[in-house]
Amino acid sequence: MTLTESLIAGGTPGATGFDVEQVRKDFPILARTVHDDLPLVYLDSAATSQKPLAVLDAERAYYELHNANVHRGIHVLAEEATGLYEATRDKVAAFIGATDRREVVFTKNSTEALNLVAYAMSNAETTGGEAERFRLGPGDEIVVTEMEHHSNLVPWQMLARRTGATLRWIGLTDDGRLNLDNLDAVITDRAKVVSMVHQSNILGTVNPVARIVARAREVGALTVLDGSQSVPHMPIDVAELGVDFLAFTGHKMCAPTGVGVLWGRYELLEVMPPFLGGGEMIEIVTMEGSTYAAPPHRFEAGTPMISQVVGLGAAVDYLTALGMPAIAAHEHAVTAYALDALATVPGTRIIGPPTGTDRGGAISFVLHDDAGRAIHPHDVGQLLDERGIAVRVGHHCARPVCLRFGVPATTRASFHLYTTTGEVDALVEGLHGVRRFFSR
Amino acid sequence: MKLDSMYQEIILDHYRNPLHRGLRDPFDAEVHHVNPTCGDEVTLRVKVSDGVVEDVSYESEGCSISQASASVMSDLVIGKKVDEALELEREFLALMQSRGTAEGNEDVLEDAVAFAGVSKYPARVKCALLSWMAWKDATAKAVDPAAAAAPTPGLAAPSLTPAAGAGAGPALDVPEQEKP
Repeated sequence: MTLTESLIAGGTPGATGFDVEQVRKDFPILARTVHDDLPLVYLDSAATSQKPLAVLDAERAYYELHNANVHRGIHVLAEEATGLYEATRDKVAAFIGATDRREVVFTKNSTEALNLVAYAMSNAETTGGEAERFRLGPGDEIVVTEMEHHSNLVPWQMLARRTGATLRWIGLTDDGRLNLDNLDAVITDRAKVVSMVHQSNILGTVNPVARIVARAREVGALTVLDGSQSVPHMPIDVAELGVDFLAFTGHKMCAPTGVGVLWGRYELLEVMPPFLGGGEMIEIVTMEGSTYAAPPHRFEAGTPMISQVVGLGAAVDYLTALGMPAIAAHEHAVTAYALDALATVPGTRIIGPPTGTDRGGAISFVLHDDAGRAIHPHDVGQLLDERGIAVRVGHHCARPVCLRFGVPATTRASFHLYTTTGEVDALVEGLHGVRRFFSR
Repeated sequence: MKLDSMYQEIILDHYRNPLHRGLRDPFDAEVHHVNPTCGDEVTLRVKVSDGVVEDVSYESEGCSISQASASVMSDLVIGKKVDEALELEREFLALMQSRGTAEGNEDVLEDAVAFAGVSKYPARVKCALLSWMAWKDATAKAVDPAAAAAPTPGLAAPSLTPAAGAGAGPALDVPEQEKP
């Protein structure tokens, strides 16, 4: 039984006390209308989530009352700002089950967090022996999966190019899952790092992390998990996941844009070379050279995104109060409902797992007209927008997945804690309308 | 429906029954252009003889707007002098950048005026322009083979698509449209 299934088994989402209509009242934007009085149906949360009032208030209060630079002033505002900034580190650590707050590094987003690890690995070339584990060169291998977001693919392609290492990947099955049949042949003792997505942003697939981590450990490879689409939607415990690094972004979990997190095991961060140099990340600086601060500050060069970090803290408080298990159960119910509902629309091909098992609330599909001709997602999205329904169309920064499934692009509906089954109904009605328009 | 201003019947006709589609020989230049935000792609060939656009042939994938635009564009420029066709391209580009304020000169642009409504939708302007930009690029290479051999400065890296062929071209480089 999967995590979400076991949560559901306890009863309906309502039984957890989760009231979606009440939750929606916390998000001012959900009350607005579009195109002259149409209610907004926001089904694009995998691109970015909406923000609750608590997060907006926290950012405003920070600027109205506490604004100062962090970690450098000795005046009252500086101490308050530093306190708020560092309090989020504690909140995030607790949120993901990290026992050591120094393992939480603030970045700009997931992309920067993943690049941080990739660049640290090539910087290890010119660092002392303590960074040995991060070094790689010709003959070494980097392993990813075919369902990565470009942010967890391109940095590794670039690392391979810089170091001469080889990039390999785990392929996909026809129903959008990782093909683990030849896992031992893909992850060999030449692998130095295995980086994979937890929940695919395009397929919705939730990957079997434990199995891949077990193989990576067997061969001594570092493991990196892209949690951009999982941390906002399900309970996460880094100890349970067993990975070495976890990257995620604030803006998909009700926090502002501009803040993300790299979590890493302290014993690894401690010997990992820095990525960006500058203020705040140093220990002693002379004209000849510098020594670096201990983690996490070694990886937080320059004035950080303070108000966004404060907003992230408020978002973590908000999600924690509602309860991630309850949120996961709600989204699982909406996803299962949507998969059933989409199956009633003729000519709909789901790109990704067809059932709710081990999958999250991002559903990609291709729609066909009465003649069986694919209606391009751009046209689908445009006609849905006319009804006030916001979906994402395109290759979702995962072009290799589109190539794998032989489609130029998909339409994607994605859900969050505030999504209702009524919104799914509106989508389905909208899709019938699109088919009528292009079948006429 | 407001959208009818974008999805003109004439556009849907070209989308359903595209003209001049399919890659043909002979040709002087072939390019491959993509719209990276939505996955629209076009491979386009141009044959120029004595300063006249003798043939434009293409294979493309994309939305109704981009498909219809390729059909309308090729039908419009085939048989025209290169200079006249380039003037049409400038005229069409201006129409697409008008944000819904221009109607377009039907005597000059013929079926292409049907795209006037698209200019109100900044996210879709690139769809309408994709094949025009590909044609312009291919034509420049056809009339000046030296340009075809040299990398185009200031443009994005070539597409990695295997279908790109000999004339793998730059990504679509259209001035960014502001969001409405």
